[in-house]
Amino acid sequence: MQRILSYSEAIREAIVQEMTQNPSVIVLGQGVDDPKGILGTTKGLVDKFGSERVFDTPLAEDGMTGVAIGAALAGLRPVHTHIRMDFVLLAMNQLINMAAKMRYMFGGEVSIPIVVRSIIGKSWGQGAQHSQSIYPLFMNIPGLKICAPSTPYDAKGCLIQGIRDNNPVLFIEHRLLYYQRGHVPTEGYTVPLGKARILAKGKDITLVGISQMAIECLRARQYLKEIHIDAEVIDPLSLSPLDINTILDSVVKTKMLIVIDYAWMTCGAGAEIVAQLIERNIPRDVVIKRMGFASVPCPTTSALEQHFYPDAKEIALNAYQMIFSDKKAWQPITELQAEEVEFKGPF
Amino acid sequence: MLAEKFYRSLYRIRRIEEEIARIYHTDKIKSPVHLSIGQEAISVGVCEALRPDDIVFGTYRGHATYLAKGGNLEKMIAELYGKSTGCSKGKGGSMHLIDVAKGVMGTSAIVGTTIPVSVGYSYALKYRKSNSIVVCFIGDGAVDEGAFHEGVNFAALKRLPILFVCENNHYAIHSHHVSRRNSDNICERVQTYGMQAECIDDGDIFRIYDFTNNYIKRIMMGHIAPVFLECITYRWKEHVGPNDDFHLGYRTKDEAEYWIQNDQLKKLKSLLGADISSKIESAVDLETKNAFEFAEKSDFPEVKELYTDLFKD
Repeated sequence: MQRILSYSEAIREAIVQEMTQNPSVIVLGQGVDDPKGILGTTKGLVDKFGSERVFDTPLAEDGMTGVAIGAALAGLRPVHTHIRMDFVLLAMNQLINMAAKMRYMFGGEVSIPIVVRSIIGKSWGQGAQHSQSIYPLFMNIPGLKICAPSTPYDAKGCLIQGIRDNNPVLFIEHRLLYYQRGHVPTEGYTVPLGKARILAKGKDITLVGISQMAIECLRARQYLKEIHIDAEVIDPLSLSPLDINTILDSVVKTKMLIVIDYAWMTCGAGAEIVAQLIERNIPRDVVIKRMGFASVPCPTTSALEQHFYPDAKEIALNAYQMIFSDKKAWQPITELQAEEVEFKGPF
Repeated sequence: MLAEKFYRSLYRIRRIEEEIARIYHTDKIKSPVHLSIGQEAISVGVCEALRPDDIVFGTYRGHATYLAKGGNLEKMIAELYGKSTGCSKGKGGSMHLIDVAKGVMGTSAIVGTTIPVSVGYSYALKYRKSNSIVVCFIGDGAVDEGAFHEGVNFAALKRLPILFVCENNHYAIHSHHVSRRNSDNICERVQTYGMQAECIDDGDIFRIYDFTNNYIKRIMMGHIAPVFLECITYRWKEHVGPNDDFHLGYRTKDEAEYWIQNDQLKKLKSLLGADISSKIESAVDLETKNAFEFAEKSDFPEVKELYTDLFKD
């Protein structure tokens, strides 16, 4: 029988297993040792591994990123955790000027094995400064690896891979994904960074969804089944390095592509994926669309917020219109989204 | 004899930097150079007290730190020349010197960035129950940075084995500290974080050495805690480049006079006498000549090197 874990349980298990088998792994970040333990992902770790290996930090994101880098230079493998991805903006100096540069600018003399975990927020009024998803900023920087898995299986495997990787890895989680449940093997295993995951096979259209948008794509695929459209859904898993070949193969087959960023679209992952496909001489009749956040800060009121994000219905509608060249609105049967039923504030 | 060791190290750094300044106009060194001439005694006094396993992080004005800790001279000059034999294979230049085998863990061009990194390194040393220490060299400009306060606070909080050495030459490029801070009280600020902080205001290399030595003794006795040392000093040359800059008017030659008269190199030489000092000088002169020849003869990196050293497998 398959063992089922939630996404957050899978993350915690990855950390526990890596800390158990390697005393160089340490966990730091604001609140990692508090009673809530980063939505459960670090809960109980301090009791298990001690306060030298699991410790709360001052509210000093840049400084503590530097501390993680220094500890990594000395041979430790720090996992630095930010409960909001917005807070990573405060660590840009260390991440970009130091972590991403040091190996190269010192001619390969050092390596920086750090993992920077951060969580994207959505819904229940997270607002402009608690909802940002800034992975495109980092995709522009050589020297960083970036992954944003959408399933519990990949969350565990990518995080273990990230901890074992000898380079800086940004590990991007999504709050709504924490409620995803799925098969997660008991033993430690790795999922390579740089290989996309085909979440569902299909022949009519390719849907590439990043982070939680991969789940919206799976839902859109269900809607599209009603009208006999068979969508292929791909989670890139790793945004840097990016596995363009898996997407290319799919697009050559389906001739239709929607890339759904979990971010603003300008200079985003969607833009990068489309540009790389075009450079690889995809057939001229391929139809392409990008989706992503509205080009404004995220509004807090749900009346506006629900129009800020793409969702499964909008993805399905776009797919329908691309396939049938038909601008008329088609409405899939609506249904409640499981995690939005489970996920209630306050914070 | 201490004075002899100090003189050898100090003369060597001065001689090498003067050679860099002398040939800079030839444009063979295609890298901005921030010369430490006038400030070298701090690196020498500190590093002469350090043990091989101790670690230093330096600033972009880092030639003195690198050399005083034993960083490979030939590789440093080759690095300035952009050659593949450089300590960073030519990918770093003057501002990114490293010699891992000698415990020189790198210099950075972004002010203050090495502070939290040094602190993190010392966290790992303490975690491993090592007796080694980290020395974090900074300038007075770094005190303005948030990273300084974040790093010092965390070092004090975790009682880490790290010695901060602030080379206070009063100027961040051309900005005097009075234009950047309400008062000149770096040590007081550090003390409020719960860290011992002292100032050596006369540049005396023996005092700097003794201070570092005492710090290491305390660590060896198990009294692990960070300490902050401010050393007042003076940069003789322009912020970046090989020239004087008193003509710019942001500082006066009079202001520099005390420090030029107080040059530790001159002081040490008078302690040693001509026989010993000239022997040291000729050995260093030869070493310097050889290092520049090594750099001249070395090859530039091959084009394929552009794409190497980004990630470690």
